[in-house]
Amino acid sequence: MSDLQIMHALAELVPAGSRVLDLGCGDGTMLAHLQRTRGCTGYGIEIADANVLACVERGVNVIQLNLDEGLSMFEDASFDVVLQIDTLQHLRNAEVMLRETVRVGRIGIVAFPNFAHWPNRLSILSGRMPVTRRLPYQWYDTPNIRVGTHADLGVLAERNGLKVLDSFGIQQGQTVRFLPNLLAGTSVYKLSR
Amino acid sequence: MIVTPQSMHFAEALPLQSGASLRDYALSYETYGTLNAARSNAVLICHALNASHHVAGVYAGQDKSQGWWDTMIGPGKPLDTNRFFVIGVNNLGSCFGSTGPMHLNPDTGRIYGADFPVVTVEDWVNAQARLLDALGIDTLAAVMGGSLGGMQALSWTLQYPQRVRHAVVIASAPNLTAENIAFNEVARRAIQTDPDFHGGHFYDHGTVPKRGLRIARMIGHITYLSDDVMNEKFGRQLRDAVLAETGTPDYKYSTQDVEFQIESYLRHQGDKFAEYFDANTYLLITRALDYFDPARAHGGNLSQALRRACAKFLLVSFTTDWRFSPARSREIVKALLDNKRDVSYAEIDAPHGHDAFLLDDARYLRVVRAYFDSMEGVS
Repeated sequence: MSDLQIMHALAELVPAGSRVLDLGCGDGTMLAHLQRTRGCTGYGIEIADANVLACVERGVNVIQLNLDEGLSMFEDASFDVVLQIDTLQHLRNAEVMLRETVRVGRIGIVAFPNFAHWPNRLSILSGRMPVTRRLPYQWYDTPNIRVGTHADLGVLAERNGLKVLDSFGIQQGQTVRFLPNLLAGTSVYKLSR
Repeated sequence: MIVTPQSMHFAEALPLQSGASLRDYALSYETYGTLNAARSNAVLICHALNASHHVAGVYAGQDKSQGWWDTMIGPGKPLDTNRFFVIGVNNLGSCFGSTGPMHLNPDTGRIYGADFPVVTVEDWVNAQARLLDALGIDTLAAVMGGSLGGMQALSWTLQYPQRVRHAVVIASAPNLTAENIAFNEVARRAIQTDPDFHGGHFYDHGTVPKRGLRIARMIGHITYLSDDVMNEKFGRQLRDAVLAETGTPDYKYSTQDVEFQIESYLRHQGDKFAEYFDANTYLLITRALDYFDPARAHGGNLSQALRRACAKFLLVSFTTDWRFSPARSREIVKALLDNKRDVSYAEIDAPHGHDAFLLDDARYLRVVRAYFDSMEGVS
């Protein structure tokens, strides 16, 4: 995740000393932050060579895996927290991975761009796909193969029998609890089985 | 980097896993870099089937005598000998200097030959530990190896968990699969059925079972490469000599001539190998590979077996390695995860098959370099 403010806001959700699995951990910034500031331990999962290297460079445990192949390597409830920050939208089997997240973690924290944020709605109303700071891609080159809304994830979680422990939006580093589906660029869910 | 091989003699008998023991044995080794005052920067390199203690650098006056892992180890290399004190050691039973089947058995005064006791990965690690004792090294910053060398590195973390801070296990496996043992068996049968083998006592007969060694090497070599890399390198090309002879790009319609490039290449590899490698060593080392199975004493449960390990791990595998496939490395990763151990794992998308661990692949070398660079407490 590039946005430091969002990272700090999400880190607040992770209990101190947690054993954390970060799915799609990027260059390991989040895990390094959690280790340094909250005494957490854990591993990142990454597919990209450059990110794996970056994690090793900063001394963050990283496992090179394709998340589309599932989490069979991990036992049930073997982590306190499983993070899925800006990862869900890249996954072919997003629904399976949502279930896997709360199978492997006692808590799952999922964050992703909220497609129903009002500027995106305006853009669609004007007949064009949104291009924003949060969704900076054109429709033809976006790596996001899943576009969903804050409300959509709630429905998907319910359909899979997952408990929503908390859900809110994040906009400009601030927590959004009033109409998050409309007012937040980022959607956050804290889930459990 | 000019290097010099050394040898250390051990009078005290080394008890072996088989119940036998070895006494009055010697280990050949080389060291690179300088051991720091705290003795905290030592890295042990374990070798695979046909390698030795000559891991890096060249011998004086022999420009082309680079060690087998010279791409990895040396001043400014991924494992930087300006920072680390690196030890290469030749295993017992080998044919490159340490006591092996071509040496005299002190009990009989005859050459060991087939009487050289079967040695295991665990025995090798015990012998290596004695060498470290003699060198005054209590704890290793890291132990590192590829393939069979990776098995030794893994075994170090189980046999001497307190003496290893990091283990770098490359293109390895927690044991051999049936297919892998099968390949070893083909190689062994080629050697054992060579009339020059004489049940392993060929030294007495003044013969060398070169035919067997050649075939052993040919089959081994095939399994170290990938289909892709063989096709790219050789494809279905015919030898230049065949083209010159026939004057057309046609076959010779013979069953015994060497016509394809790949045939010629394999024969060349086999011939080269048979000149320097010992047949009994080949049998011993492939047996050590077959036997290695730390999970065996734990009902096949690798997670239980690895509970003893407390080192931090880096594992690396290569996507086209079918002899020690990524899936086998992932088994080790999983067992470490189950035990909440620190582990990183890189799966390198390289075309070269098992041999990739010896080659100059930038992504692979960068990850290993980063791992050593981020290692703390080495000063």
